[in-house]
Amino acid sequence: MIEDKELDSLINEVFEHYGFDFGNYSKASLKRRVDRLYQLDGFSHFYEFLYRIRSDEEYYKRLIEEVTVNVTEMFRDPSFYAVLRNEIVPLLATKPFVRVWHAGCSTGEEVFSMAILLKEAGLLHKALLYATDINASVLETAKKGVFPLRMMKLYSENYMASGGTEDFSSYYSANFNIAKFNTELSDKMVFSQHNLVSDTSFNEFDLILCRNVLIYFDNNLQSRVIQLFDDSLSLLGFLALGSKETIKYTGGSNKFVQLRKEKIWKKIK
Amino acid sequence: MRRRCKLLIIGGSAGSLQVLINILPKIVLPIPFAIVVVVHRKNTYDTILEDLIALKTMIPVEYVEDKTVLAPGIIYVAPSDYHLLFEDKNTLSLDGSEKVNYSRPSIDVSFESAALIFKQELVAILLSGANADGTKGMQTIQEEGGVTIVQRPETAEIPYMPEYAIQNSNPDFIFTEDEIVNFVNSTIQ
Ligand SMILES: C[S@@+](CC[C@H](N)C(=O)[O-])C[C@H]1O[C@@H](n2cnc3c(N)ncnc32)[C@H](O)[C@@H]1O
Repeated sequence: MIEDKELDSLINEVFEHYGFDFGNYSKASLKRRVDRLYQLDGFSHFYEFLYRIRSDEEYYKRLIEEVTVNVTEMFRDPSFYAVLRNEIVPLLATKPFVRVWHAGCSTGEEVFSMAILLKEAGLLHKALLYATDINASVLETAKKGVFPLRMMKLYSENYMASGGTEDFSSYYSANFNIAKFNTELSDKMVFSQHNLVSDTSFNEFDLILCRNVLIYFDNNLQSRVIQLFDDSLSLLGFLALGSKETIKYTGGSNKFVQLRKEKIWKKIK
Repeated sequence: MRRRCKLLIIGGSAGSLQVLINILPKIVLPIPFAIVVVVHRKNTYDTILEDLIALKTMIPVEYVEDKTVLAPGIIYVAPSDYHLLFEDKNTLSLDGSEKVNYSRPSIDVSFESAALIFKQELVAILLSGANADGTKGMQTIQEEGGVTIVQRPETAEIPYMPEYAIQNSNPDFIFTEDEIVNFVNSTIQ
């Protein structure tokens, strides 16, 4: 495993050359990810690795792509989507216009899942889904709305487990090994790069989903991001996190009340 | 001779649940170290494992979330579908990256992370299983000065995992269930 001081020098180099700050990422996870890339690409000295990052911007992009974890699924954690469908979406129905932000959307599976929920509730026509990530290449994939066909069995099971009753395959057209989701869904999406470490609030939302992103951040950065969400939510708006994430260890917890034991918080002040 | 320990970490797979249920209730209280259990588990949503352990022991069991505070005298069980890591001596963190040894949580991942944080103040036990997970982690723990214990394969329901560890690392002890309990109660503090 790489040394702590090597990791620190990488963090400094990346910040100096590219302005991206990994300094408040969770050290345990970051170290593993950086070590994995270092081994994978067969470097024998850490300074060679640093040199490559510094001198080759394409390689820096690879670093960002490989070090951040992009694992995602449609209707990931079906029980979460069931609560969203049955308890949160109906509350959004009363709004003249529904704004949703997916922060750390990765390749977009979560955004398409949300669009399906809104469509089935008859709200999609008055909704806009903002989907952001730091990683430009996952956003490219997300924009296309094209996912591997072999995943559709799992996604359709997830969809049904979350309370979906339509024919899931009606949401995409299958072509060889890909599933292309209907443009009716993607027409309501806006994808753009946004960095949770340094960028500010850009709109006011009724619902923010930031799932399985905060686990990669330390407590300080988590607090910053919760503050950013607080600034970006309307009063009585909702914040949804991943199934093992909590705002308990951040400064902002007094602004929110949790919906039972679900990973959904309502902004109350 | 007694040995200072801040963390007792136990890894297991198929056939390890019964061993856990047998040994955990026999650990004498109060326990001056934290106990972390990493077992391969299937269901994403249930807390059956936590609830079962809580039912069988007097030791409090805490559900693990990201950045859960690690404290002595408490059992923490790695949730399914996440790797469990140690941020520092008092903080757990979770990571949803690729499976390792077909497993998430992976025992190797948690053992390695614990080794780097706890160094000599770590005792690790590897139990029954049908997977090679745990062995690499055992090696790192040894390099960092921690204590490694493997369940005696003849006493394991599925001996593959302990056998693999014995062949590919050099564990400090190869113990039966009773010997494990004895060691924990008399040697570590
Ligand atoms: C594991 S994915 C989560 C995908 C989806 N939300 C889900 O739960 O399935 C984490 C995403 O967070 C993104 N991410 C990491 N650091 C970020 C940052 N500083 N700002 C914005 N996004 C970030 C990564 O690029 C990655 O796509």
